[in-house]
Parts: sequence; C-alpha cells; structure tokens
Amino acid sequence: MSDTADRVSKIVVEHLGVEADKVTQEASFIDDLGADSLDIVELVMAFEEEFGVEIPDDAAEKITTVGDATKYIEEHKG
Amino acid sequence: MRRVVVTGLGLVTPLGGDVETSWANLIASKSGAGQITKFDTSDHKCTIACEVKPKDHEFGFDPDKRVDHKVQRQVDPFIVFGIDAAGQALEDAGLDQMDDDLKLRAGCSIGSGIGGLPGIESESIVLKERGPSRVSPHFVHGRLINLISGQVSIKYGLMGPNHAVVTACSTGAHSIGDAARMIKDGDADVMLAGGAESTVNPLGVAGFAQARALNMSMNDRPTEASRPYDKGRDGFVMGEGAGVVVLEEYEHAKARGAKIYAEVVGYGLSGDAYHVTAPHPEGKGAELAMNMALRKAGMTSGDIDYVNAHGTSTMADTIELAAVKRVLGDDLGGASMSSTKSAIGHLLGGAGAVEAIFCILAMRDQIVPPTLNLDDPDEGTEGVDLVPHKAKKREVKAVLNNSFGFGGTNASLVLKKVD
Repeated sequence: MSDTADRVSKIVVEHLGVEADKVTQEASFIDDLGADSLDIVELVMAFEEEFGVEIPDDAAEKITTVGDATKYIEEHKG
Repeated sequence: MRRVVVTGLGLVTPLGGDVETSWANLIASKSGAGQITKFDTSDHKCTIACEVKPKDHEFGFDPDKRVDHKVQRQVDPFIVFGIDAAGQALEDAGLDQMDDDLKLRAGCSIGSGIGGLPGIESESIVLKERGPSRVSPHFVHGRLINLISGQVSIKYGLMGPNHAVVTACSTGAHSIGDAARMIKDGDADVMLAGGAESTVNPLGVAGFAQARALNMSMNDRPTEASRPYDKGRDGFVMGEGAGVVVLEEYEHAKARGAKIYAEVVGYGLSGDAYHVTAPHPEGKGAELAMNMALRKAGMTSGDIDYVNAHGTSTMADTIELAAVKRVLGDDLGGASMSSTKSAIGHLLGGAGAVEAIFCILAMRDQIVPPTLNLDDPDEGTEGVDLVPHKAKKREVKAVLNNSFGFGGTNASLVLKKVD
C-alpha cells in the first residue's frame, strides 16, 4: 500500500470507527463503511488537513470509495 | 386513570459510570470533587468541579460500552452521557430489545440545561482562527439539546414522543414529570426520561464564576467546597453526568412482570416571576411547586419520608428550607432531607433526574444519602434532619424531589414505593 493509501485508511478508520481490514481501496464510504453524506464532508476536510490539498465540492461529490480519495489526493498533492 | 411507574434506571455521575457504583459511593460519603482535569485552569477563579472520571479510574465511565465510536467523535459529552444512561435504563428494565409494536409506543424525554457548550466554544475558535470552511459538518446536531432524545430514539428505534426539556437546573425533574404526563395521557406506554449536562469547559466555568454562582474560596479543598446548609457555604460546585429512568404505564409493566421501583404520583411546576438568577426571597415559587406535587399525589405532611433538596450550597438553600418547612412543617413532618449535590456537585440539567434516581434507591434500600460537609448548620436548620456526613437507615416509602432553575423555574416530583 502506498503511503497516501495508508494515511487515507487511517483517517477513515479513525473517523468512521470501522475495522481497519474493511477499509480496502474498493470500499464505498456509504455502502460498505456505514458513512452518511455528512461523514463524507468531514472525511474530505480531514484529507485536506492531512495532505494540504484542496478538494472542491464538485470533486468531493465524485469521491465515493476509499480508492477515489487516494487517487484524487495523489494527483493533486503538492 | 393510567398510572406511571419507574422500571429502569441509568446513571453517569462523578461517583460512577453506572447506578450501583454511583449509589454505593454516595452512601459511603465519598465525594466526586477534585481539581478540574479537562483544561488548564491557571487563569480561572474556580479550579474545581465534580468531573465524570475516565474509564481507568476506580469509579470511572467507559463511553465505549454503549456509544458508537463515530457518535462519540461527533457529539458533545453531554450527549454521550445521556445515550449511555438511557441504555443502562433500558437494559435494567429489560426493554433494550423491544418488539416493533412497543417501539411505536415508546418515546424519549431527555433534556439538558445548557447543551453542547464545549463544542460551541471549540468550534467558535476554529471559525475565528481557520475560517468557516473548517467548521465541522456535525457541529449543529452534535450540540443541540434534543439530540440525546434523537440519538437514543435512532439507536433503539423508539418512535413515540420525542421531546427535550430545557429549563436550566429543573430540566431533569421537568423531563420526568412531562414524560409521566405523556404516559398518563395515553401518548406512550414507555418513556425514557431524564437529563444530562457537561459544561466543565473554560467558557462554562468562567460564565458561572462571573455570575458569582460558584464556590471560589476552597479551590485548595475541593471535597469540602460543596456544603449545602452549612454556614461556610459559598457557591456551588459544577458537576457533570446524566440520569435517565424508564417510565412505564403500570398495567403494562405488571403484565410483563417488570421490576417496579416506584410510582410517579406527583408533579408540580411553577415560576418565580422574580429574577433571572436569584430565587424569590420568600420561596413562593418553590412552595407552589411542592404543594402542587403533593396535591396531585394526594399526600400531606407526614406522608413524605425523604426530601432530596435542590440545596446547591448557595444562599438559596435557606430560602428552600424555609419553603419546605412551610409545606411540610417545622420538623418536615418527620422527613429527612439531604442535598446530594454535596457529593456529586450540581449537574444542572442532569440534577433533577440523577437526584430522582437517588430518591428511588433510597426507597429501594431504605437508607437516605448524606449531606456532606455539614459541619456548622446554618440558622433555621434546628429540628430538621439534614442527614449530616453519614447516610442514615430509616423507613422511606415516599419522597419529594425539588429542582429550581435560572429564570425562576421550579419543579417538584413526588415518588412512592409500590406495594
């Protein structure tokens, strides 16, 4: 697992209170990890903090899986 | 007429994370007071409180038992305390797994006096220092007072009345009284009722200190600072925690063979119409509330065995005692009266419910909890049994529980044993 993927997973585990082994790159925040739309807003804020990236609302709406988040961050972090 | 009984209890207090630990420590004359650990108090006038203890403490609270990790992160501590106390009460009543029909007839009335002040304080700082886009999306619903009732209803699927009282330090008593009426009126068969508070944060402590409500002269002796009815009293000590009861329609409880702790027989409410923080000097509002509760209960002086006083350890104690004497007689009709705030501090919106539970346990165990630190009783206390220092074994068949709040809001409950 890449460093980014690892850090994304840790944030997801911490915020959603889910078991680490459920947080695969394919896992959907809502369908697999029990998140709601507000949890995703909060997760996106946490990713922005952790990685120093800005994730605009239109991009955030397209992030539905852990892998989507990892990919976006890897493409946009400085 | 539909009767209302108590069939489950839940407590989170500075003396324990559950009912039996809190009660055992209370009866053993232990104090929940200490130096504030939640924040640096070095520039505060008051540095002491009765905090709920962490889970590694001998009578600490473990939030992980009943509150999801995710919820804990999103909400203020008063909601965590409230959810846990409600869960305890449901488990105690054997109602944590209700069938779908009963869920439609089961509701929540769990309030708070102030609500999510710690979160309001911390998110205000985020807003100022880092801007609006960093404010938590869970900010609002993690701080709202009715979100104990909301969270509990979601967790347990309760679709009956969903209510939350906000009457400062009378909240817990009003919550129980209002919920009992909902059952009497036929709106529900089961109600979770109570209150919670957690405002031992810089803004909460500073606010009460500036209002000159807190003891600020005994920061070096925290366990001695809450001393209701003592000449040396000098303001209250903040507490935190939650108390929730399961109220149930009597025939419903009987039919399922539930353990019945007590019956809610009287509820009185009034307003002082006098001052925002000071009680009416003649205690007229308090007297009205007590008389209404006794009248509803069909009781008179002599029927009450124990009074759990509001008794905050302020000058208002004198006013309350005079009012209780006018209602019950100079010797309180033989009743004992104590203030358990001497041990757990003032739980504000949680106080009335926590203290109602102590009243119920007094009836269960036939013992009344003590008023700690009552070394030098104030004038006017002669001939009154204020249960100084040590718990006292005695007959307890009926109890009166008083709560009075800022704004001049008063509530009294009368509970009795069911034979």
